[in-house]
Amino acid sequence: ASAQFQLAVPVAVVFAPGSVPGDLPRPLPFRDVREMENSVNLRTSITSRYETVYRSTTAQEEAALDVATAREADAALRPLQDASLGCLTVFVVPESSSLLPQGISVYVGKHRSALVRAGGGLAALRTRLQQLTQVMSFTASSIATALSDRVPDGQLGPDARRHLKSSLGYEITFSLLNPDPKSHAVDWDIEDAVNRYVQPVLDKLSLVANFSVDSQILYYAVLGVTPRFDKESSSFLLSAHSLPHVINPVEARLGSSAASLYPVLNFLLYVPERSHSPLYIQDKDGAPVSTNAFHSPRWGGIMIYNVEAPASSQASLPLHVDVDMVRVMEVFLAQLRLLFGLSREELPPEFLLESPGNEGLADWELDRLLWAHTVENVATVSTTLTSLAQLLDKIGNIVIKDDVASEVYRAVASAQSAMAKLATGHLYSAFQASKEAVTSSERAFFDPSLLHLLYFPDDQKFAIYIPLFLPMAVPILLSLAKIVREARQRKKEPTKMD
Amino acid sequence: VCTSRFWFNYRHVANTLSVYRSVKRLGIPDSHIVLMLADDMACNPRNPKPATVFSHKNMELNVYGDDVEVDYRSYEVTVENFLRVLTGRIPPSTPRSKRLLSDDRSNILIYMTGHGGNGFLKFQDSEEITNVELADAFEQMWQKRRYNELLFIIDTCQGASMYERFYSPNIMALASSQVGEDSLSHQPDLGIGVHLMDRYTFYVLEFLEEIHPASQTNMNDLFQVCPKSLCVSTPGHRTDLFQRDPQNVLITDFFGSVRKVEITTETISLDDDVAGFESK
Repeated sequence: ASAQFQLAVPVAVVFAPGSVPGDLPRPLPFRDVREMENSVNLRTSITSRYETVYRSTTAQEEAALDVATAREADAALRPLQDASLGCLTVFVVPESSSLLPQGISVYVGKHRSALVRAGGGLAALRTRLQQLTQVMSFTASSIATALSDRVPDGQLGPDARRHLKSSLGYEITFSLLNPDPKSHAVDWDIEDAVNRYVQPVLDKLSLVANFSVDSQILYYAVLGVTPRFDKESSSFLLSAHSLPHVINPVEARLGSSAASLYPVLNFLLYVPERSHSPLYIQDKDGAPVSTNAFHSPRWGGIMIYNVEAPASSQASLPLHVDVDMVRVMEVFLAQLRLLFGLSREELPPEFLLESPGNEGLADWELDRLLWAHTVENVATVSTTLTSLAQLLDKIGNIVIKDDVASEVYRAVASAQSAMAKLATGHLYSAFQASKEAVTSSERAFFDPSLLHLLYFPDDQKFAIYIPLFLPMAVPILLSLAKIVREARQRKKEPTKMD
Repeated sequence: VCTSRFWFNYRHVANTLSVYRSVKRLGIPDSHIVLMLADDMACNPRNPKPATVFSHKNMELNVYGDDVEVDYRSYEVTVENFLRVLTGRIPPSTPRSKRLLSDDRSNILIYMTGHGGNGFLKFQDSEEITNVELADAFEQMWQKRRYNELLFIIDTCQGASMYERFYSPNIMALASSQVGEDSLSHQPDLGIGVHLMDRYTFYVLEFLEEIHPASQTNMNDLFQVCPKSLCVSTPGHRTDLFQRDPQNVLITDFFGSVRKVEITTETISLDDDVAGFESK
């Protein structure tokens, strides 16, 4: 189905005193709009509109910028901004300002604003703006990844289909694997860790989907791979190419909730056996990995937690181990971000990103997710409904129940509303509308009454009824013919005799 | 899927269970397998060794074991349920283990065995599934992107007729015999009194015994399994709908499960002292 997406991003560029470039086309304040078009395939294209307002700072904003560090400025500016999802505010500070550290030209805060060092005139500012919008809202490739089932296979990078698909909910399961309970008695205070560290992140992500969290402890669960002993470091090593085979033997024992159909994200903490401690993961170049963890797209992550060997060999077994949950959660939450596609790796050099701290992700990262998911949802609705229409075309006598019909109407209305909201820059309501549209369209498409098997195609009807009725019909037709012939003869005879 | 019931169709159940075992051995967990069997062999009053299903003469290998997870058993193995599993149009009360929860990155292997004819496959002696219905079900799956690539293996008489009508992309199909030929069974066992396996599946399993999770064997080798001299029927295959060259498709892409893995190099930093929080 063809889809023309129009994504509008409201941007405000605010000039602090002393930072206004000399070559502005008009005096402040003024607006302009920049559009870029990208075709994903023959029938799908994305037009991005950046509706920019250029103005100077208000007195309150000036006061907020008059602090020592960029981080404080970011915190002070937050209550003064437009906090709606999808908006960006860029503050331009004078070239000589000390807010930004040396060598850094752009600072991206935790919320939806950024600080840019002035200098170079309007053209340089526009380039910076473009880089910023690529980082803070979406890029052509991030949207194309969301539309991955429409893009011809050859054009997709390795990134495609790596991130979690947009879903109404996700189940997160934390598992502790202890293969050697005789040597290690491992205690992890998972409930506390979830409440302290995981819940704030999930609360932030609750706009995107519903999350449910479980945890379990598995004993005598071993990795499927035997690690190699390395004499130089006197430790055991797992090489990068043996990692794919680790997951499967464990997965059989992980289990999942029977009732929910949401995708499951598994986070496993593995405490190696005493005979295989310490255990490190080696990357492709042979260096040990600092996090000692790896993850698998759309599945989850595994971290290896090494227990220090006791000082004396006479220590009584089992050793009591209290897991340092902060270290573990730092890795697991980073893996959760990566699974969702929020990575901080590729940035232009003079950019500085503020760490989001315990919230796990910055507001603009949430926006990135929402842009991608909204587009994905609308595209899915369009494909689903088109497919349903094709099914109806093929099987002429399919019966559409009333509730299926109303779901279809609702899906269409919500999808149209989502597209309209995207075009005007209202990201939050666009996302909500797209979620409703997906729920309705999935309910309509997967309704049990639409199984094509239940509706006989016409040729099967002929095949069943003709052998029954044809033999019966032969004498009936012949006698009908005889009756007609006799009636005609009778009609002719009276006229003849007259 | 085993589409037969009754004692004299022992070999179909043994076929299916052997393929199930191989697939589990190569790494696919039960949560990712939907097994449909009539399941009337192990406890059948005519079974001289109750609670077992053997696949080899001299009773070498008991494929029933004690960790078989049958998802659809006995009278639940119907054409309707099979198509519902494939297309996902399942009543909401169905548990997770009875659903096919695949997405656009999943490779699906479908193995069917039983009695078939030109263009149809018989389900439990009471109904049939035609090749047109199967092709339409696959198309519904493709529309909703419920698979990335699909491998369809069928071991029945005139099996090749079942894949003639496929028209969705990324499907590869293998059959044990061509149209007009019968697939034959392998060896009778005098102790149990029935034929234990079908020839095509027997040789496929011999081939699979040599595959381990890190194996690099490709599909072309699977096509060579069971030549006419051993199988009497001519196995066929269809790859025109498949995008990749079978030479580059690993057996473990479908029979095993090798995941893409990435090393985690990023961490976030958490503050340990979250103010105003009580620890439990």
